[in-house]
Amino acid sequence: MRHLPFAVAAAFLMLGSAASAQETIKIGYIDPLSGGGASVGEGGLKTFQYLADELNAKGGILGHKVEIVPLDNKTNPQESLVQAQKAVDAGIRYITQGNGSSVGAALEDFVTKNNSRNPGKEVLYFNYAAVDPAMTNEKCSYWHFRWDANSEIKMAALTNYMKDQPSIKKVYLINQDYSFGQSVRTDARKMLAAKRSDIQIVGDELHPLLKITDFSPYVAKIKASGADSVVTGNWGQDFALLLKAAADAGLKVNWYTYYAGGAGGPTAIKQTGLENQVFQISEGVPNSGNKAAMDFEKDFRAKTGISVWYPRAVNEMRMFKAAAEKANSIDPVKVAAALEGMKFDVFDGGEGFMRKDDHQFFQPIYISSFGSLTDKAKEPYDEENTGWGWRIVSKSDTAQTILPTTCNMKRP
Amino acid sequence: MAELIVISTLNGVLFGMLLFLLSSGLTVIFSMMGVLNFAHASFYMLGAFFGYQLTRWIGFWPAFVLAPLLVGVVGMGVERYGLRNTHKHGHVAELLLTFGLAFAIEEIVSMIWGKSPVDYRVPAMLDFPAFTVFSTNYPAYKIFMLVVSVVIFIALLVTLKKTRVGLIVQAALTHPSMVGHLGHNVGRIFMLVFGVGSALAGLAGVIAGPSLVTQSDMAALLGPILFVVIVFGGLGSLPGAFIASLLIGLIQTFAVALNGSLASVFGPLDPSLGASPLTDIWNVTIAQIAPILPYVLLVLVLIFRPMGLLGTRES
Repeated sequence: MRHLPFAVAAAFLMLGSAASAQETIKIGYIDPLSGGGASVGEGGLKTFQYLADELNAKGGILGHKVEIVPLDNKTNPQESLVQAQKAVDAGIRYITQGNGSSVGAALEDFVTKNNSRNPGKEVLYFNYAAVDPAMTNEKCSYWHFRWDANSEIKMAALTNYMKDQPSIKKVYLINQDYSFGQSVRTDARKMLAAKRSDIQIVGDELHPLLKITDFSPYVAKIKASGADSVVTGNWGQDFALLLKAAADAGLKVNWYTYYAGGAGGPTAIKQTGLENQVFQISEGVPNSGNKAAMDFEKDFRAKTGISVWYPRAVNEMRMFKAAAEKANSIDPVKVAAALEGMKFDVFDGGEGFMRKDDHQFFQPIYISSFGSLTDKAKEPYDEENTGWGWRIVSKSDTAQTILPTTCNMKRP
Repeated sequence: MAELIVISTLNGVLFGMLLFLLSSGLTVIFSMMGVLNFAHASFYMLGAFFGYQLTRWIGFWPAFVLAPLLVGVVGMGVERYGLRNTHKHGHVAELLLTFGLAFAIEEIVSMIWGKSPVDYRVPAMLDFPAFTVFSTNYPAYKIFMLVVSVVIFIALLVTLKKTRVGLIVQAALTHPSMVGHLGHNVGRIFMLVFGVGSALAGLAGVIAGPSLVTQSDMAALLGPILFVVIVFGGLGSLPGAFIASLLIGLIQTFAVALNGSLASVFGPLDPSLGASPLTDIWNVTIAQIAPILPYVLLVLVLIFRPMGLLGTRES
């Protein structure tokens, strides 16, 4: 009997080794971890690592552990391809990326080519934030799945809200000079003209992506234009610095944004004192009122120190698990087939679905405004310790967000 | 329009003076030792990070004094133990040394402080609008930056032109061996000048850090434009660097403010051309090409006046 402890220990060791013998699912996270996009890239990494831990705590996916492999692409398409190749060489079959549609388009092309050249070693690209509409239209690929609403869907919802605001008369557009920023500006022009022809576009600016350290010259120009509202798709430091310069100059306008909630954004908004004048379009906010999501938020904040800014990443990882279980396999080809057309109850409530035609996920989306929080019980979460937080002002249900696609998908 | 002009002028002068603070050190070092110090912008970054760290520990004002000194010490160390030893292997070796140093400093900084921006804030006592022109606020901190840059410029000019130290330094620029024969320790002069040059870059970092972004790629963002300044202004000419800095600051700021494109001057191209590359070029605004204008300037200067605006010798 005195050998019992050893026997138990040995049994545990064997159990342990049996579990680790199960192949780990590695997900290559290809996003900026240095340079101007680093702040958003690191937030995303923490989010995915938290989600992987969450899955692993519940037994992983079909018994396989999930591991996030961080790969720094410096927001550079060329560097991303190097990192993607590195991931493939290391046997990684799933990659995820979000920041920068220029990068996203390069990766989409990469997986398509890779998969046609290496049958049996297919790689799937899970896109959680690159929203250039081209990626699910003319450039669409069977191997690419997008969980974020594309910029056209977002702009449609944003302009639906803006058209009911009679105070908007003069709009200034300022965007980053690359595919995503350009699609924001063209969609905004087109949709505003269609929905509110009386609105005047007083400025339409493109500036270099993540290269500007001081936005004062741009803010001076916005001020001189007499705009009452600014529409911008800026993200990362480009948003935080733009608002910082606006705060310094005392520019008081309404901001209609895609990514005001990114790292540094909330702090900059608080500094400007623009209470309830900054709007963001997103698929959820921390104070959404959905109990499961708010409980998740609490634990997430305690462990990572940041707020849940990517509810779509939660959808992505949970849907990945659901699809693998449906296919009863972790093989990318079978997972891709299971994901097509799949319905899913999203993080902040409501049902979304992955459209089969173009692999675009449709979900309820919200417009929220940033301001002080008074009701601690209903709205417990502020952002970046500013005391201010996001409050939903408008919601579009899944059905209202559906837009046609031009995708003509080549299926394997 | 008047508002835009006034504010753009202020912004342009401010950016120009910051550039000058950086390029003055580079100019002196370059003209003296013939070393194109690729790590100069890295000293600027070190200044910003030292400033940030010291501000957290002991407050902004002590950091404002100490951080540039620290950077100066690092600079002297680099000269004494690095450049002096490579000097005998020629300029290429020196250049490569500073080139490598720039990468090493960037890696070290990102290892210590991380790769995302650090929270380096404007000191509370300068965090208010100094004045309002046409309803646009101008922050007091920017005025402070401007004043510091002007003071440094005057001090440098006076030191170089009116004092004995300046005399020796200037002589060492052109006739190092003669200065050596006169009994001055040229090696030590070089080391001190390198230290002062680095400290100037450090000072620019300390004051620019809170206003711009303090992160590990800030050196790479600013590095190339410094070389434009010193070549454009003329190698070794401090007034040249001054004029070039202001000019580049103003050009960049005003270029952003202009919406003109070929299309707006000459009218749009024939629609029958469709979406050809030609229509893209035709529709590019001056604001969009603002970031590359300084480099266009550099190319033009090198073609038509290789010694730069106020330069005296060709290199």
